[in-house]
Amino acid sequence: MNTSAIIVMLLTLGTVTALMLYFFWRVMNTPPKPEPDSYLDNDDEPGRQEPLP
Amino acid sequence: MSANKESWGSRVGLILAMAGNAVGLGNFLRFPVQAVQNGGGAFIIPYLVCFLVMGIPLLWIEWSMGRFGGKFGHHSTPFIVDTMGRNRLWKYIGVFGIWTNIAVAAYYCYLESWTLSYVFHSLAGTFSGMDQDGVAAFFIEYVSLGESTFGIPYEPIVFFLICLLLNTWILSQGLAKGIERVAKIGMPMLILFGIFLAYKGFTITAGENGAINDSTVGLNFLWTPQYDKLWSPSVWLAAAGQIFFTLSVGMGTVHCYASYVRSKDDIALNAMSAGWMNEFVEVVLGGAILIPISIGYLGIDRVTELVQSGGLGLGFRTLPYLFYQWGDVLGAISGMMWFGLLFFAGITSSLAMGTPWIGFLQDEFNWKRKPAAWSFGLIVLILGMPTVLFFNYGVFDEYDYWAGTVSLVVFALLESILFAWVFGINKGWREIISGSDIKVPGIYKFIIKFITPLLLLWVFLGSLFTPKGGDWGKAIAGDWVLDDSSIIKKIANSDLKAKIAAATDPATVNQLQDTLMFVNGSRILLVVVWLSIALLVYIAYKKRVREGRI
Repeated sequence: MNTSAIIVMLLTLGTVTALMLYFFWRVMNTPPKPEPDSYLDNDDEPGRQEPLP
Repeated sequence: MSANKESWGSRVGLILAMAGNAVGLGNFLRFPVQAVQNGGGAFIIPYLVCFLVMGIPLLWIEWSMGRFGGKFGHHSTPFIVDTMGRNRLWKYIGVFGIWTNIAVAAYYCYLESWTLSYVFHSLAGTFSGMDQDGVAAFFIEYVSLGESTFGIPYEPIVFFLICLLLNTWILSQGLAKGIERVAKIGMPMLILFGIFLAYKGFTITAGENGAINDSTVGLNFLWTPQYDKLWSPSVWLAAAGQIFFTLSVGMGTVHCYASYVRSKDDIALNAMSAGWMNEFVEVVLGGAILIPISIGYLGIDRVTELVQSGGLGLGFRTLPYLFYQWGDVLGAISGMMWFGLLFFAGITSSLAMGTPWIGFLQDEFNWKRKPAAWSFGLIVLILGMPTVLFFNYGVFDEYDYWAGTVSLVVFALLESILFAWVFGINKGWREIISGSDIKVPGIYKFIIKFITPLLLLWVFLGSLFTPKGGDWGKAIAGDWVLDDSSIIKKIANSDLKAKIAAATDPATVNQLQDTLMFVNGSRILLVVVWLSIALLVYIAYKKRVREGRI
């Protein structure tokens, strides 16, 4: 491959892959909000219930 | 009260469903062709710029509009936009958010059924021993409803029905148990198949298995930047168009999915995650399969000629033949993976197209999920059959042009104006950052208010008045002759009429005149569907007034 094609390709593929992985990692590592939230899974987990006033 | 009490199962499930909505056949068939035709590696610069200043803002606009409407129990665009603008006419603009999905699903499910059929044909070894012309002839025979190699009468219709039944049944299972479950299976499978085929695309060696070029030749062809093309407005227009279609914005599906998110939950990070996932599939996987493999076996000249007719031809008429250069077993597996990947890309998008209609019936007419889903299937069947039966008369292309292209631009332009100027950028901004798990850069407030609507306006006007041959320099200098691909020329059927005038063979003239009739017929049908949905919105509005809900 010619140099400019390699540079453009590697820069693009690297940037897009890194950003995709970064944002997905952020989603996976952000603690869920207290219940009731938008999602059905783990609705009954005691640790996620909103504290009573 | 709305019968709609659904929720997403999990955050990852929502993101995969939203990414699945965006990832479609265009990621693998349209993007590489657009890149090749618009400056190779240099195309990626306007493409990523448009993603940053048009794609991401539109994703945030649509996610926040959906979540905002969901607070009031709205799950489809007519009444979502109605809550944001005081003018009563806004809800009729929202009709586009249901109509587009129904009309696109009508031809898209047919396209999806080809991929399903080709999975079985790949596994059954139908393409083994065929030469390139044989594979191309198989496709032509298939869409002409010719004789089936499986011995099934009217095989394309059978696969269309199977595909439609599958979509409808999944939709009837609901968000978490239907759509989300399919996305959780389909998206990882798609990425897995894509990685395998991308690996094959990257490792072709000239002289092995009949390859005439190393994969580097194809990659050079795709990635070598032609920087002079960056000055061409046509290239920027193509990049903006590609960003637009790949993200499935301007359809109403993003609003609908986001309407099930509660106001305290994040949308900004979700939108970024789903958006970049789509970009990964398109740029990293989509760019590594079609062009490198085709050029490896056919050479640059032949592929340049083939891409003129779009990626669909390469994907269905050429790749099945090329896969068999790797031997019968690997050829069958690769064919299954390629069409399986396209099938997963297709079904995760077509499922999204069903949700606005279902949400509308549940919200406004208290329909249960199952009958609402089956009504969608029935409408798509009725509207889709002309695309199956009269494919060769341009019905498929007509649906694609008006519903799958023009309507998206119109709706996105209007919604960006509604969000930034009618609803107000300050309120809109609060909606975007409310509950956000990331810090949204403040510059986007300016971009959403000015840049995005202006860019969309430019895309719309550029499509409306496209100059001949995309020669903007000549047009701006005063010699503005409209191209046959411009919306105005399309409305007038200029291209078709010119072909009729030029044809001398009576059979060709008859065929073209029939095509003209079917083209006009499809337009009338699409207008009737739009008006029918608008009437339903009017009835729903009157019902709301009677019930004191407005």
